[in-house]
Amino acid sequence: MDLPRVLSLQNILSLLFFLLPASALTTGIYMIFSTKPEMATQEIQPNETLTNLKAESDTLKTKLEDERAKLHDVELHQVAEKVDGLGQFIMKTRRTLKGHGNKVLCMDWCKDKRRIVSSSQDGKVIVWDAFTTNKEHAVTMPCTWVMACAYAPSGCAVACGGLDNKCSVYPLSLDKNENLAAKKKSVAMHTNYLSACSFTNSDMQILTSSGDGTCALWDVESGQLLQSFHGHAADVLCLDLAPSETGNTFVSGGCDKKANVWDMRSGQCIQSFETHESDINSVRYYPSGDAFASGSDDATCRLYDLRADREVAIYSKESIIFGASSVDFSLSGRLLFGGYNDYTINVWDVLKGTRVSILFGHENRVSTLRLSPDGTAFCSGSWDHTLRVRDRGYHLGYIPKRTTLSG
Amino acid sequence: MTINTLTKGGAQREQMYCLRKMERVIVAMQDPDMGMKMRNQRLLITVIPHAMTGNDVIEWLIQKYNITEEEARHLGGLLVQYGYIYPLREPRSLLLRSDDSPYRFQTPYFWTSSRWPATELDYAIYLAKKNIRKQGELVDYEKENYSILHKRINHTWDFVVMQAREQLRASKQRRKADRIVLECQEQAYWLINKPCPGAFDVLDLGPERCNVLSSRVALNADHYRREIEHSRRALGRNRVKSSICLESFMKYSEQYLHHDPIMSGCLPSNPWISDDTSHWTINTDMVGIPTRLRVERWSFSFMELLNDSMGRREFMIYLEKEFSAENLCFWVACEDLRHGESSKIILKVEEVYKNFLAPGAARWVNIDSKTMERTLEGIKRPHRFIMDDAQMHIYFLMKKDSYPRYLKSELYKNMLAKAIVPQETKKSVFPFMRRQRHSSPSPAMVTQATEDDGKAKGAGPTGTSSTTNSQI
Repeated sequence: MDLPRVLSLQNILSLLFFLLPASALTTGIYMIFSTKPEMATQEIQPNETLTNLKAESDTLKTKLEDERAKLHDVELHQVAEKVDGLGQFIMKTRRTLKGHGNKVLCMDWCKDKRRIVSSSQDGKVIVWDAFTTNKEHAVTMPCTWVMACAYAPSGCAVACGGLDNKCSVYPLSLDKNENLAAKKKSVAMHTNYLSACSFTNSDMQILTSSGDGTCALWDVESGQLLQSFHGHAADVLCLDLAPSETGNTFVSGGCDKKANVWDMRSGQCIQSFETHESDINSVRYYPSGDAFASGSDDATCRLYDLRADREVAIYSKESIIFGASSVDFSLSGRLLFGGYNDYTINVWDVLKGTRVSILFGHENRVSTLRLSPDGTAFCSGSWDHTLRVRDRGYHLGYIPKRTTLSG
Repeated sequence: MTINTLTKGGAQREQMYCLRKMERVIVAMQDPDMGMKMRNQRLLITVIPHAMTGNDVIEWLIQKYNITEEEARHLGGLLVQYGYIYPLREPRSLLLRSDDSPYRFQTPYFWTSSRWPATELDYAIYLAKKNIRKQGELVDYEKENYSILHKRINHTWDFVVMQAREQLRASKQRRKADRIVLECQEQAYWLINKPCPGAFDVLDLGPERCNVLSSRVALNADHYRREIEHSRRALGRNRVKSSICLESFMKYSEQYLHHDPIMSGCLPSNPWISDDTSHWTINTDMVGIPTRLRVERWSFSFMELLNDSMGRREFMIYLEKEFSAENLCFWVACEDLRHGESSKIILKVEEVYKNFLAPGAARWVNIDSKTMERTLEGIKRPHRFIMDDAQMHIYFLMKKDSYPRYLKSELYKNMLAKAIVPQETKKSVFPFMRRQRHSSPSPAMVTQATEDDGKAKGAGPTGTSSTTNSQI
């Protein structure tokens, strides 16, 4: 390092910067630098500061991984050795919902366990009674690629959004003459596409994630931004609310390969996991709230435990080449369902790490998959314009005491 | 916002990942030792070397990945769809047939990952070649594309035609087998890169995404400082040993096994299979006698009890007997505050203070002095989370004290005793006759009816209402 000819205050501070731990002085120095108008001799400094910061960040991350590894005394499949295997499951399609004229991008269940809202590429949002396969409401959004839709907990409204960068709430009116679009309420505003949205415990708040790299919490009535969440370095693609007692956290996944857990009150990122090798398309909490699963373009699904603070299982197979677009757990958390871009659905035994079923039927990629609220069935939406509701292949839906679980 | 599937960066990168994996499979297939046995295949009268049958492909995949035939056919089909293997017979249809149809590996020159996006010039030359070789061989959409390109790159059209002629002349000098192979290769490439409009487009990717390399978020000093701070905090966190965490997954799955319809079925029958909605009607909020499974579930955790509106009601009855019902009422009021409209926050905070926290309040809750002090201080500047500390205190109080006693109480035991276990539905005499699937009142309508009555009390639907109109 060349010693400058004149030891000005700036230069002394920059020397100190290199001698002392970066973080202690960073803030101070940065502020000083930013208030100095002429920085003729400082042109190198901002870049080096950036490199050093990145280096320190990487070192800390490695140290964090080491710390996490220290407490990892056993693998999940080892603990699961004492549990019985599941054999192969047969799943059957019970309903096929046809009516979208284009790729189905997203769907959500109503709390009444039978109604569904789905959205597609051509801007259509349809509310179905999946049990009877009747369409009950239809809305045409003013934009294409409606990538996010959600049913309100009360069942009285739906939220959706996509390339319009907004999330809008439509109250569901039963007056056939009324145009649903007339009562539309614009709630969220992002600077890039809306990738996912979800109501919190009530109809009054919505959580959104966007291609602009942020998540945000909104008040539905006023459209006010309550909290924003910054930390992802690229598009955020998915989110899920935690079913915890205190109900204050959610997890998000993005194109920066990270899954972040956030505190809704403070906006802080409280935990972060970065083990995927490509974009994370979907995240979903384990029913107890102690863990969550993620599906990624690297063709794997992974399980992360929040108390152990690490990844604890990978669900993958050499023959699975395409990314997982959507994941969800069965009610007991024993099964993990994954919808993939190779048009299939793979069902995994969460504890043993093995695959118990592969489901064909869709003719294009599976874009969305959710279990019904009471776990009696699961619905998958696909780019082949259809939605399918499926469950186990046993007759009438119960297993007589004498037969085994397989088949 | 453009949906440009051909931009460099995001979209291409997403596709790249699975393409690289496919290429690894293809390379493994051609491995001299472990790969497929290729031989000469007969195409009418011509013999094509280094080819294999559809069956060969499927067999190899079954062997290598230990999968079923259905899955192997599916995977092989994808390899053909993405152009890594192409058919020699019926080259326009990119399907994998599980018979002795001949197939060949696509040359890496034409791999989807190496020549993407396809250039206009190449396409023009290809179309020109087809046009020259045989008049009328161009299909409709190809004719359209041809004329569009003719207008757009008119300035290089001489070059295009010259190239086309050169390539045709060179190919005439090749052996028939080579000529067929080269034609098929090229055709497969163009079927994928310029598919017929309306046909399946394998390269359709959806809206453009950004990754870290072409980041939407500035990777500046601020960003890294945040990451450093975050890592520091994470290093200071308490972690639990894996053995303890993972054990809890076993326990949870086992506990909920019989409540998981996909694992254990549900009684009397799964509505989606039998078309009988009894399973839903016997589990509604307002049902007279709950099912046994439901009441058992209340004992799994405090949260399960509170999440079930019937459980919550029962617990309230118990607390009233114990003269501690104000705790649950307080908790419910705090939840309402936390999840309600922003505009009503101030009003709700006042209500909560008046009813539960003010000295001499009708339903005063017993919170420790420190929390009470903090809460009262915070009320001066009310916001949605101001009651969180107090709410949590009361929640854990109920969880540690009242809840375990409730589970041991006569009230709960009686509930459990009279809970019903539904009969399994008998197999239908005519199994092929489908029962009529009845509609249910929409939750939206039920709430509207309640409002119309002028009683807009509480949130959520009130279960089955008397105005059961059938839907659409």
